[in-house]
Amino acid sequence: MANFIDRRLNSKNKSMVNRQRFFRRHKNQIKRSLADSINNRQVTDLTSGQDVSIARKDLVEPVFRQGDGGTKNRVFAGNDQFAEGDKIPRPKAQAGPGSGSGNASDRGKGEDDFVFSISHDEYLNLLFDDLELPNLQKNQLDKLVEYKTVRAGYCAEGVPANIDIVKSLQGSIARRIAMTSSKRRELKACEQELTQVLATDNPDPDVVAQLQAQIDMLKERIRAVPFIDSFDLHYRNYEKQAVPTSKAVMFCLMDVSGSMVQATKDIAKRFYILLYLFLSRTYQTIDVVYIIHHTQAKEVDEQDFFYSRETGGTIVSSALELMQEIVAERYSSGDWNIYAAQASDGDNWQDDTEKCYELLKSHILPAVRFYAYIEITQDLHKSLWQRYRALANRESHFAMRRIREIEDIYPVFRDLFKKAPQGSAGVANVKD
Amino acid sequence: MSKINPQVSEASGAYVGSLPDRADWTFDDLQQYEQELARVAEHYRLDTYPNQIEMITSEQMMDAYASVGMPIGYNHWSFGKKFIQTQQTYKRGYMGLAYEIVINSNPCIAYLMEENTLTMQALVMAHACYGHNSFFKGNYLFRSWTDASSIIDYLLFARNYIARCEELYGVDEVETTLDACHALMAHGVDRYKRPQQISLKEERKRQKQRQEYLQSQVNSLWQKVAKPDQSTTQQQPRFPEQPQENLLYFIEKNSPLLQSWQREIVRIVRKMAQYFYPQKQTQVMNEGWACFWHYTLLNHLYDEGKLSDKFMLEFVHHHSNVIAQPGYNSQGYSGINPYALGFHMFSDIRRICEQPTAEDKEWFPDLAGSNWLDAVHFAMENFKDESFIGQYLSPKLMRDLKLFHIKDDATSPYIRVESIHNETGYQRIRQALSNQYNLSEIEPNIQIVDADINGDRTLTLEYVPHQKVPLHPSYQEVLKHLYYLWKFDVKLVQREESGNARIIGTCPPKIDTA
Repeated sequence: MANFIDRRLNSKNKSMVNRQRFFRRHKNQIKRSLADSINNRQVTDLTSGQDVSIARKDLVEPVFRQGDGGTKNRVFAGNDQFAEGDKIPRPKAQAGPGSGSGNASDRGKGEDDFVFSISHDEYLNLLFDDLELPNLQKNQLDKLVEYKTVRAGYCAEGVPANIDIVKSLQGSIARRIAMTSSKRRELKACEQELTQVLATDNPDPDVVAQLQAQIDMLKERIRAVPFIDSFDLHYRNYEKQAVPTSKAVMFCLMDVSGSMVQATKDIAKRFYILLYLFLSRTYQTIDVVYIIHHTQAKEVDEQDFFYSRETGGTIVSSALELMQEIVAERYSSGDWNIYAAQASDGDNWQDDTEKCYELLKSHILPAVRFYAYIEITQDLHKSLWQRYRALANRESHFAMRRIREIEDIYPVFRDLFKKAPQGSAGVANVKD
Repeated sequence: MSKINPQVSEASGAYVGSLPDRADWTFDDLQQYEQELARVAEHYRLDTYPNQIEMITSEQMMDAYASVGMPIGYNHWSFGKKFIQTQQTYKRGYMGLAYEIVINSNPCIAYLMEENTLTMQALVMAHACYGHNSFFKGNYLFRSWTDASSIIDYLLFARNYIARCEELYGVDEVETTLDACHALMAHGVDRYKRPQQISLKEERKRQKQRQEYLQSQVNSLWQKVAKPDQSTTQQQPRFPEQPQENLLYFIEKNSPLLQSWQREIVRIVRKMAQYFYPQKQTQVMNEGWACFWHYTLLNHLYDEGKLSDKFMLEFVHHHSNVIAQPGYNSQGYSGINPYALGFHMFSDIRRICEQPTAEDKEWFPDLAGSNWLDAVHFAMENFKDESFIGQYLSPKLMRDLKLFHIKDDATSPYIRVESIHNETGYQRIRQALSNQYNLSEIEPNIQIVDADINGDRTLTLEYVPHQKVPLHPSYQEVLKHLYYLWKFDVKLVQREESGNARIIGTCPPKIDTA
């Protein structure tokens, strides 16, 4: 006798724990694979999950087994040409009859990397594991709030524009029913009495007149109940609620003078992608402002930002000035969380460096949550680095790092945003 | 309502069976089929555990794959890997999922996929709930090695125990231990000794005592202080006295520094290996038996007029896909298909009994003309793949499958066709195919020959190559796992033909291996 059980509605994620164990074990490989994948993304492309690949050799669970060589006897099916004693040249590379198990479809992909996809959330979690948004904690208490108006029931007083008509009329009907019900009952009784009196053979005119007068009086009193009363009016009530702002703006500043070649820009681009992805974990809406500069600065779109070529000298302060203007104009710092990242090869016009220092110190840094400066160069540090260094020592939300090769980006990024150990004073913000 | 006699529908002229044959199934339909199958199975003396049929989705099927079909398993990353792999290949269409998974337990649990058609469900029930089920209950290997009634309880115990260890000793430590055990799992099996069967309650009671007892045993074994006295070491008895083939068992009982919870984990993995061991040895028979019975049972129902032509056409289509044996040079060839070989062999036994030819009378004098039902039951109960093929593979089947035997000697530039399906080749092909399913020839023969308890505690393993086949280089990694469990030096030697032993690996690696 069989027992049928319908398990289809049971939870289907029985393997979830094992899947997570797998991720945990191969976290490092997965992270490496993700770091590679950064290269192929648009800065603001967040929609897709991600394919991850892990080299198959890292996944092997070793066991004692027989290797190649020695003498092997095998039986095969479907002989169509061989006779006893035939000699067959050894098939190459383990394919065909000699190999024992040449499963075509299985072998074909057998040697590839092990590719699987992870969800968008898993992707971000792995990418930004152990990273912390600088200064978020602190600012949430004082600045990171905006007020949102929300409906909060009804109240009896307010401006006419806020009158809720339906609710008010409901009140009016209820009031009228309540105030007239006893009179209506009386009226009904009088009317019944009148009909009875009139139905008799010879009605007493006095009684009729008296009843009639009473009926008229009641009707008048019912009519006198006002259609609407100030008592009926209901006003929509609004309250202001403090909510943490979910808006952020990210300024990307980049030097596009002749000394910045495409390879350098690519490195910068990857850094910006990471920053954008990272911010998107915390903020719902993120504006990205691209500012390029040589001797003058201008605001551009993403395409121009990464691919336009300009020539000329370099005046960094022009970009900082433009950023300051844009902030004042569009992003008053109460509502917006401002982040900025500046990429440069370190060149600057000598006399300009001091100006940059002043601009950052007194205007920009007080307004932003975090300012990162990355210098992409193989050479020795130049004047800009030296001056910024002084700034980094003073301000905890100003950080600077140097990137030499493409491989440095992710480590540098992690380093910039790594979680501060308990009790220490924020990020160590200068590093050679 | 139900009509017992087969009816001919006037419009199409096709048989309409009395059992439902629509595409979609309902639990009522399944119940009807199950009852019919049970009735016919009894007619053929199929003795089964009670059936528990569980309907699952494809997602759940992948879960079941990942845990080797076990309904409850302990957590380990390798199962997650298996799940992701299965999911990937399935999503990309490289492979379909099995129609069912059946578990050797009492009651016998069979998982059916919801997306199967009604015909498929009937096929799968006949295949799993009567074919495999009766095999589990009848075959001598399963009878002596596994205890169907306690396996689910044991799995539950194992899962809880390992979860508890993770709480107490950390996920990492438990994972490393499990990794090491998994690497040695194939060598954690008693091949000749019979295990005794005990119930879960007893298991729990004993587990505690065992922990304490084992640790005390190990302690006394290792309490001796190593004395570098040359004269006495000669007379010391060798330890272990006999070479040990069950590496995990040896580790569990003798490894000096393992924690008692680690010993228990070694034991759990060893028990799992033992539980699955019969399945490894009876793949051809088990699948062949199940295919033979789904074919026989459903044909029996058709002959009774219970099934429609429509049903049978779909059934035959699936059946012939399952038992197809592609040729060695065709695209989809992946070795001998165990379903095909097994099905044909059981069908062949029936043919030899019912319609023996002169050749059959010469090859199978006892079988020819006997009762076929007795014959197949006898074959199912008393053999494993290796002996089953050695005993029952007939010349006719070798001709039908066009089997040929190839010898691949790595030292020769050619591979040689040793024998084909002709008069001189039958015996040799049969022998070669039988050997191909002999686990002792497929799995490397590695045994523990010495644990130097009086000296530096080096554990020595010996590999005896079969037909000069060397070990796969991954043994270096396995040695690391073994070292983790033994915690003293581990040495692997290979026995050469000359009888000399050559050290092929040590852990930790030694530079002066000369």
